Amino acid sequence: MNLLEIRGLYHDFSGLQVLFDVNLEVKEGERHAIIGPNGAGKTTLFNVITGSYRPPRGQIIFKGNDITGCKPHQLARLGIGRSFQITSSFSKLTAFQNIRMGILSKKGIRFNLVRNVDKMKEVTAETDEMLRRINLETEREIPAELLSYGKHRSLEVAMALSTEPELVMLDEPTAGMSKEETHYAIELIRRLTEGRTMLIIEHDMDVVFSLADRITVLHLGRVLATGSPQEIRENQQVKDAYLGETED
Amino acid sequence: MESDTVLYISQAMHGLAYGMVLFLVSAGLTLIFGMMGILNIAHASFFMLGAYFCYQVLSMTGNFWVSLIVAPVIVGLLGVLCERYLLRKLHAYGHVGELLLTVGIGMVILGSVKIFWGTESLPVTVPQILKGLVKLGGLEYPIYRLFIIALALVILAIMGLILYKTRLGMIVRGAVSDAEMVNALGINVPAVFMFVFGFGTWLAGVGGVAVAPILTVYPGLSDQVGMDAFVVVVTAGFGSLKGAFIVSIIFGLLSSFGVQFVPKLAPVLMFGFMAIVLALKPAGIFGETE
Repeated sequence: MNLLEIRGLYHDFSGLQVLFDVNLEVKEGERHAIIGPNGAGKTTLFNVITGSYRPPRGQIIFKGNDITGCKPHQLARLGIGRSFQITSSFSKLTAFQNIRMGILSKKGIRFNLVRNVDKMKEVTAETDEMLRRINLETEREIPAELLSYGKHRSLEVAMALSTEPELVMLDEPTAGMSKEETHYAIELIRRLTEGRTMLIIEHDMDVVFSLADRITVLHLGRVLATGSPQEIRENQQVKDAYLGETED
Repeated sequence: MESDTVLYISQAMHGLAYGMVLFLVSAGLTLIFGMMGILNIAHASFFMLGAYFCYQVLSMTGNFWVSLIVAPVIVGLLGVLCERYLLRKLHAYGHVGELLLTVGIGMVILGSVKIFWGTESLPVTVPQILKGLVKLGGLEYPIYRLFIIALALVILAIMGLILYKTRLGMIVRGAVSDAEMVNALGINVPAVFMFVFGFGTWLAGVGGVAVAPILTVYPGLSDQVGMDAFVVVVTAGFGSLKGAFIVSIIFGLLSSFGVQFVPKLAPVLMFGFMAIVLALKPAGIFGETE
């Protein structure tokens, strides 16, 4: 069954056409990657799905419901969690407080806005459990801005997951990481997204081929191909796009 | 007791009281800036409106306590309306438009004030219980100044509790660092912005009511205190509430002792302080360079 379906999606920025007739299906439980050279429209596609931009044409279907034009916070409540390409944790808050933001918003509606959060035992326990899963227990009280880059990024992935979304969307989670950090992050993501549906944008081919069940290649705003890592690896059009060759 | 000591203490009280008023005004300014990135030029005008509404409610009800509650709430509601129906529409087009809009709102407020209340200086009298002096340990303190200090400290304590202990506070602090991420966690950020803007203008309104009996109410009120509040926020670092509190107290003391000891330099002491701070730390004492 398709958890997310995109039909005939277009988007432009004041006349500059960025997405052309994009169709995409993300099956329940799969790890789906979107790859493509710079300027392919990956992040735009991401931002349209997560409600930051409203597309002029096309439809986005989540769990069978049309969610085109929904606001970001509404999508989050429907079960779409996301991370951002640029670091976007709460820099002054500690690692613990960062994760707790996600846990609190998952519980959101049930919880009083002005109750003392330090006394919510269940929230504290769940937050500590998440910190343990991402190996940040010893950094619990450290402000996010003082964490190493790799740990900082792990924290962000964990935040996106702490709301327990049905669809996790990660925008280049390994951007700017060293080789060891990337390796560590992939393992972390694999572990945390076990059994979940994930849509990931990624630049690093090693990451994509080791993590994704299916891959969609975006090039100049169009879908070039969709398939298993094996199929994509052998696709001539994809090779051409990445090597920058013209098609004729 | 030596007369020098009495003088020092009484000047310190004046300074503290003015510092507290500065804090009430600059706290709203810095909170709105920190969260929404908007430098609200109209902030001082909302402060002045607080003073005018105080005068109006007082002349209608004759009760200072009622105006202390009602006037800031009306100011805060006006702030909410400005955010919801004016600023929000411009948010997508960047900060320059928002800045210009707040300049316009300030002008409209100033114009309206002159139309409704004229340009005369209007007196506000405080209830009997806040008048006069109180004797403590052989010294006499003006009760109203003590009242202002206590009022500001109570508000500071409540703000601290909300910001550091509640989910609402976590959301606001989170949105100060990254509003987009808070949004992605399922929080209706535009609604939070509206709340913060309303709260910030409410604080300005409280400040307006607090100074009304001391400075009287007149259309130049916004310029006088508004400029000081801006200097506080710039010196403290945009978005820092803690900084706004500390710098407000420093400036309050600086202005009252300045008038006493170096009257000719007094008007520029604050600016001198700001210049030195900015030369050493361009983002302000508690500010961050991005």
